[in-house]
Amino acid sequence: MNRGANMAKRLLLATLLGLSLSSCTDPRSHTQAVYMLIDTSGTYAQEVDKAQKIINYLLGTLQSGDSLAVARVRTRSFSEKDIIAKVTFDNRPSQANAQKRAFRDKIDAFVKSVSGSAYTDITGGLIQGGMFLKETGAGRKTILIFSDMQEELDKVTVRDFPIDLKDIRVVALNVVKLKTDNVDPRRYIGRLEAWQKRVEQAGASEWILINDIEHLDRMLQG
Amino acid sequence: MSNQFWMIWPDNVMASALILFVIAMPFLYAARKLVHDLFRSLGQVVGGPLRLGARWLFATARDMKERNRTVLLAHGREEVGQHIEREFERIGAMVTRDLEGYPALQRKLLEEITRVEEDYKKCGEVPPPPPDWVEAVSAIAKVKSEGNEMVQRILEEIKRSVESIHGKALAEYRRAYEARHKILNGFMPFWRSLDKTFGQVDKKLTGLQDTSAKIDAQMEKYEQINKKTDRAEHALTVSAFTQFAISLLVLLIAVGGALVNFKLIALPFSEMVGAGDYLTATLRMSDVAALVIIFLEATMGLFVMETLRITHLFPLIANMNERMRRRMLWVALVFLFVFAGIEAALALMRDMLAADKQALIQSLASGPQQAAPPDPLLRAIPTTAQMVLGFFLPFALAFVAVPLESFIYSLRTVGGAFLVMVIRIAGFILRVLGNLVRQLCRVLVTLYDVIIVLPLLIERVVKATRSGADDEARESRPVKRAA
Repeated sequence: MNRGANMAKRLLLATLLGLSLSSCTDPRSHTQAVYMLIDTSGTYAQEVDKAQKIINYLLGTLQSGDSLAVARVRTRSFSEKDIIAKVTFDNRPSQANAQKRAFRDKIDAFVKSVSGSAYTDITGGLIQGGMFLKETGAGRKTILIFSDMQEELDKVTVRDFPIDLKDIRVVALNVVKLKTDNVDPRRYIGRLEAWQKRVEQAGASEWILINDIEHLDRMLQG
Repeated sequence: MSNQFWMIWPDNVMASALILFVIAMPFLYAARKLVHDLFRSLGQVVGGPLRLGARWLFATARDMKERNRTVLLAHGREEVGQHIEREFERIGAMVTRDLEGYPALQRKLLEEITRVEEDYKKCGEVPPPPPDWVEAVSAIAKVKSEGNEMVQRILEEIKRSVESIHGKALAEYRRAYEARHKILNGFMPFWRSLDKTFGQVDKKLTGLQDTSAKIDAQMEKYEQINKKTDRAEHALTVSAFTQFAISLLVLLIAVGGALVNFKLIALPFSEMVGAGDYLTATLRMSDVAALVIIFLEATMGLFVMETLRITHLFPLIANMNERMRRRMLWVALVFLFVFAGIEAALALMRDMLAADKQALIQSLASGPQQAAPPDPLLRAIPTTAQMVLGFFLPFALAFVAVPLESFIYSLRTVGGAFLVMVIRIAGFILRVLGNLVRQLCRVLVTLYDVIIVLPLLIERVVKATRSGADDEARESRPVKRAA
C-alpha cells in the first residue's frame, strides 16, 4: 500500500512538473501587425478595388494574435478618424474568423462609399501607422502603402520633420506611374529613392517596393 | 625588403641559403646529440600518452564487453527462466485439468471393459446340442411299415412330432443367434466410446509430451546460459538485435499514429489554450498541450499494460498486491476512456474549425456570392472517420508499451555493443597516432643526420684515421719490446 501511495505521489509530482512547464512561455512576441494605408486622393481612388483584394488576402493570411488596421490617406492623415477598421485577432481561431468576417464587411462598406480627396498626406499616415504598430507590441511590424507615392500637401500642413519608424518594415504597393513619370522616368525613380531615403532615415528595418501583388505572399511569409 | 634580411647574398636566395647552411652546419653537428634526444623525448611525450590512452580504451572496451555479456546473460537467464516457468504453469494447468478427470475416466473405461467382457461371454454360449432322441428317431426310421397301418400311423405321428420339435429347435437356435447378434451389435457404441476415450488420452499425452519437449529445449538453453557459453551469448545477442529492429519498426509506426493523432487535436487545442502563445520561437503552446495529451495517453496505456502484467517496465507495479493492481488498472482504463472521449470531441471540433476557415477563405477569395454547400454525405464521412480515429487512436497507442519494453531491453545490448565498437575504434585510432608520432620522431632523427651528413662523414674519416694510427701503435709496441 505504501508503494502505491508513493507511486501516486510521483504521478502527482510529474503532473505538476508538466503544468509548471506549460506556464513558462516564450516572452517574445511572435505575432505580426500590419497597418495598411490606402491612397484615396485624385484618380488613385479608382485603384481601391485592388486594395480590397490585398486586404482580403491579408485576412486570409494573418493568424490568431496578429493585428491589422486599414487607414485612408487624405488631405491630412495623422488622425485616428482615418482608420477605417482595426482589429487584433482573438487567440481562439473561431473568434478570429468571426472578426475577419466583420472586418471584411467594414472594408466592403468603405469601398462602396470611397470618395477622392484633394491632397495626399502620406507622411501623416506613416506617423499614425508607426504609432499604432508600436502600441500593438507585435514581433513583426509592417506598413503597407497602397499609393502612387506622390505626396501633395496643402499650405498649412507641416510634414517636413524627421519621423520615427524604428523596426518597422515599409512596403510600397502598386506604385503606379503618373503621366509626368511617363514623360520623364527619372521623376518616378527619384520619387521612390526619396521615399526610401526618408523611411530609412526614420529607422525602418526595410523598404520594399512591390508592384506585382503576387509577390506580397512571399514578403509576408518571410 | 624586410623579408630579405637574412640574405647574405642579396637577391640570391639559393646562395644565401647555402652559405647560411654551411655556417650553421658545425652548430647543427655540435647539437646533434641534444636534438636527437629532443626528438626522442618529443616522441615519448606525444606518443606515450596516446598509446596509454589507447591501452586504457581497449581495457575499458574489454570491461564493457564483459559487463555487457554479464547483463545479456542475466537478462537471457531471466527471460528463459520466465519462459520455463510459464511452460511449467501450462503443464501444471494441463495436468490438473486432465488428471482431475482421470479417476472418472478410468472408472468409465473399466465399466466399459467389464461390459464388453460380459457381452463377450454371453456371445460364447452356444445353442443346446440336438437331443439324444435323434438316435431313437433314426432307429424308428429304420422300422419297416410294410403296409401296416398302425405302424404307418405311429411313424406319421412320430414324423409330425419330430417336425414340430425340429421347427421349435430351429426357431430356438435362430433366436439364440439373433440374441448373440444383438449383443454383438450392442458392442459397437462401447467400442466407439473406448476408441474415443483412448483418443482423448492419447491427445492429452501428446500435448503433455510436446510441452515437455519445449521445456527440455528451454532447459537446454538455460543450461547453456548458465555455463556462459559463446553459443548462448551469440544466440542472445542475435535475438536482441532482431528484437531491436522489430521494436524500432513498430515504434516508428506508432510514431506515425501519434502524428496523425497530433494533427487531429492540435488545431482544436489552439481554441482552448490560445494560438498566440509560444513556448519557443517555433513551438506553440497549443501544440505542446496536444503533445502532452498524447504522451499522457501513451503513459496511461503503459500503465494498463503494466497492471495487466503484459509488460514489466515498472517493478513497483508488478510487485503490487492484487487489489491495488486492479484498482490501478481501472483508474488507468477510466483515464484512457476519458482521453479517448475528449479526442473524439476535439476531432469533431477540428472538422468544424477547418470548415469555418475554408468557408471564410472562400468568401474572401470569391466575394459576397456564396458557393454551393457540399454534399452532406461528403461532409459526414470525414467527420465521422475523424471522430472514430480520435476515439480509437489512444487505445491503439496503449499497445506501444509492448514494443517499447522490447526496445528498451534490446537497446541495452545493442547500445552496449555499439559503444564497445566506438571505444575500440577510438583506441585503434589513438594507437595508430601514437605509433605514427614515434615513427615520425625516428624519421626526424634520421633526417637530421642526413642534413648534417658532411660533418658526420668528416667525423667518420677522423675516427677511421685515429683508429688506424692506434692499430699501428699497438702493432709497433711488441716490436719495440722485443728490440
